[in-house]
Amino acid sequence: MVNIKHNRIRIEPGDMAIRSFTYVAMTAASLFCVLPFLLILGSSFTTDEAIRRTGFALIPKIFSTQAYEIILKSPDMLIGAYTVTILMTAAGTTVGLFIIAMTGYALARKDFPFRNAISFYIYFTSLFSAGLVPFYLLMVQTYKLRDSYLAVLFPLMISPWLIILMKNFARATPFEITESGKVDGATDFQIFLRLILPMLTPALATVGLFLAISYWNEWYYSSLFLGSSVKYKPLQFQLYQVINKIEALRNSYAGSVVRVAELPGETLKMATAVIATGPIILAYPFVQKYFVAGITVGAVKG
Amino acid sequence: MKKLARLGKDFWSYRALLLMCVPAVLFFFAFCYAPMPGVYVAATKFNYADGIFGSEFVGFDNFKFLFQSGQLALLLRNTVLYNIVFIVLGNIVQMSVAILLNEVRLAKFRKVSQSIMFLPYFISDVLVALIVYNLLNYDFGFISNIVGANMPKVYSLPGAWPLIITLVFIWKNTGYGSIVYFAAIMGIGSEIMEAAKVDGANGLQRIRYITLPCLKPTFIILLLFALGGIVRGNFGMFYNLVGLNSMLFGATDIIETYVYRSMMNNFNFAQSSAVGLFQSAVGFAIVLTVNQIIKKVEPDYALF
Repeated sequence: MVNIKHNRIRIEPGDMAIRSFTYVAMTAASLFCVLPFLLILGSSFTTDEAIRRTGFALIPKIFSTQAYEIILKSPDMLIGAYTVTILMTAAGTTVGLFIIAMTGYALARKDFPFRNAISFYIYFTSLFSAGLVPFYLLMVQTYKLRDSYLAVLFPLMISPWLIILMKNFARATPFEITESGKVDGATDFQIFLRLILPMLTPALATVGLFLAISYWNEWYYSSLFLGSSVKYKPLQFQLYQVINKIEALRNSYAGSVVRVAELPGETLKMATAVIATGPIILAYPFVQKYFVAGITVGAVKG
Repeated sequence: MKKLARLGKDFWSYRALLLMCVPAVLFFFAFCYAPMPGVYVAATKFNYADGIFGSEFVGFDNFKFLFQSGQLALLLRNTVLYNIVFIVLGNIVQMSVAILLNEVRLAKFRKVSQSIMFLPYFISDVLVALIVYNLLNYDFGFISNIVGANMPKVYSLPGAWPLIITLVFIWKNTGYGSIVYFAAIMGIGSEIMEAAKVDGANGLQRIRYITLPCLKPTFIILLLFALGGIVRGNFGMFYNLVGLNSMLFGATDIIETYVYRSMMNNFNFAQSSAVGLFQSAVGFAIVLTVNQIIKKVEPDYALF
């Protein structure tokens, strides 16, 4: 024991070099990851004129809240986008999470004779898909979901990967719990609801957060299905349009300005990005540990 | 008969668990299995008003065109090459970061830097594209500003994009991937490390002779899984970064972006679906092959 302790204190010069390299490298990597965010933030608090003259900067040469003021003057679009996104995230995450938890538990039950068949039925969809066109035509021509929020809500609700993740979590709950519930005369659904769900809290947090993030970041299905007749788009799709289409910029913010040319396009893009992404960044420090747990459990079979 | 009776009995006694699976089963039927007959659209001269099964049948004409025009070959090349770079470089970087993180002794420092590196994973591709625009825009981009007059016009320079897209991929996915490797390193028994220390192995030697060999199984499994998806591209990243900038397509167009554009912008449903079906079929064949390999290498990890 004494020897080992002694070894620990004596650091070899080579180890010392590795250790200092480690700190330098990790600091550099962290900066590499975080600076782009600060760049967007910095670029939103200035004027377009300053950007034209000196370019995007981490610390604005001229500080201005002009872009945010314009957004605040005609906030309809963003309030609408926020409302749609929050409602969609809440509804999709709640319903999706419940279905995923139920399925995950059933498929994790060792005594359930149909678990392999159903698992394969679900898993197969991630191996082979019909592709975008048949999916699109089915949604639009058969289900008539064009311009419907449901076309965005449904596809993100459940995924094979999240069911497998939940199954892996549920497998870790002792089977004796289920058995004791049965002895007490509880039905399988009661066992799930009263005994298993409370034990799955960490799993629910992880899967729920994965769902919530995919709803919050959604722009893809919106771009496929939500046309111009849908006034309020989900946030990230709204951001996508503000970035890529000058008309979207005008429709969103021009209420407060006479001419489009007077809109500070660059800072408005950056400010919209800050507003659309802010909640994720603010919530991130509190929730990231659940993601880490999820990845560690579901990593390889994902 | 006996088997059938047994099945019926199982159905009845596990009806609650079966019912619990019904919503998910219906979901996958409605959104994944129901579109499958629609792959027929790839064999038609699709006409929106007539629908998939009312359109004129043209056999393999759509595929023939795609093969002969060289379009399919270009898309396949881009998709596969990008994936190979992502897999190889991505895994090397992720593994290196995990090893370095493990060498960090200050727990607080490690936690904070790990969290920061994981952050880009949670950002939508829309914002990622805006960041790249902010950095590389010719007139007032952050990097253009630093480089000055010699800065190339990146948005009209196809040759620059393989590098840019790879960097973006690494920026976004290193944190995520390194967590998997970090977990594997945590799984290495501390006795081995202590024993190596007592035997006089220095830090580099411990990495070389203990950590790296211990990560090999994780690496191989992740590699094989990634190979299963080698013909599938990351639509969100490519589409947001490149969008409709056709000047860059030669170096950046992957199967997904082509399929999306030819449907949404050119309304060429038939050709678009032909490319999609080709991708699904090739992808499926590759997954089956890879699964056979996994079964031989590491049967526990086989997909089915």
